[in-house]
Amino acid sequence: MAEVEIKQENLVYAKPRLITDNVMHYCPGCSHGTVHKLIAEVIDELGLAERTVGVSPVGCSVFAYNYIDIDWMEAAHGRALAVATAVKRLKPETLVFTYQGDGDLSAIGTAESIHAAARGENVVAIYINNAIYGMTGGQMAPTTLLGMKTATTPYGRDPRLNGYPYKIAEMMAHLDGATYITRQSVHKPANVRKCKAAIKKAFQRSMEGKGFSLVEVVSTCNSGWKLSPVASNEWLEQNMLPFYPLGDIKEVK
Amino acid sequence: MAKIKGTIVVDKERCKGCGVCVASCPCDVLSLSSEVNGKGYPAAQMAVPDACTGCASCAVICPDSCITVYRQKFE
Repeated sequence: MAEVEIKQENLVYAKPRLITDNVMHYCPGCSHGTVHKLIAEVIDELGLAERTVGVSPVGCSVFAYNYIDIDWMEAAHGRALAVATAVKRLKPETLVFTYQGDGDLSAIGTAESIHAAARGENVVAIYINNAIYGMTGGQMAPTTLLGMKTATTPYGRDPRLNGYPYKIAEMMAHLDGATYITRQSVHKPANVRKCKAAIKKAFQRSMEGKGFSLVEVVSTCNSGWKLSPVASNEWLEQNMLPFYPLGDIKEVK
Repeated sequence: MAKIKGTIVVDKERCKGCGVCVASCPCDVLSLSSEVNGKGYPAAQMAVPDACTGCASCAVICPDSCITVYRQKFE
């Protein structure tokens, strides 16, 4: 049988236009790269590349501005949603989203995040939850699962000593200002496609002025978890998903 | 009978050899190369090219956007 010709009309999938040629600094197999790609695809599909402002956090994804070719601002640790609030209020025609990890959004930035949701700011928070502080060497985060081994809980997280993990998505769902809260993952191709649809819906809702959206992406940190990328995806499915179940948590029509 | 065939092009220098594409391929087409790229990573490659259907699962999940997928229908 003839070989498939490498030409434009046969093209099914290529690197999104808005992803730059810079090689990402993330570890091999890191979920960040996949989510970056989804954001780039969605912004391009919505035709908003020239009027989008992303707010990057402190954490591994602090360099997100090197990889997606849109306008960015860099916020102090945890304060991305406060910065996003200002950008959106001053330029309401702009699509404003934050890209934050669990150490940023749900630890040091809890107050800013909860209040941005309560105020119903028309911004989107993309929340990467890998249950660990990845950039600083894999320490326990508030989202770390019970019994999970990290650099600071080498015998596993003990609730008597370290407290219990919490789910900020469910907490935010109680707030009237938060109108779309969903939890997704990118560990399998089907989940990646669903996650893209969720990000697209959140961005569209933000542009329609429907209030605050949170897209939580249950992610891997294979370096922090001390597993291979493929084993991390399996560990995520077996351990993270029972505690952080996937699906829409709240959607106000 | 018409048959749909696919093929992929891997940006070998961009690939970090994480192997997530290999695990995600429903037709077991991919493997990691025995040779390494400039950064020392074994890049993904097609081990069984004839089995590829061009479903793009590998490219969709690739964190480093290094896979381009082509698909063609043969009568």
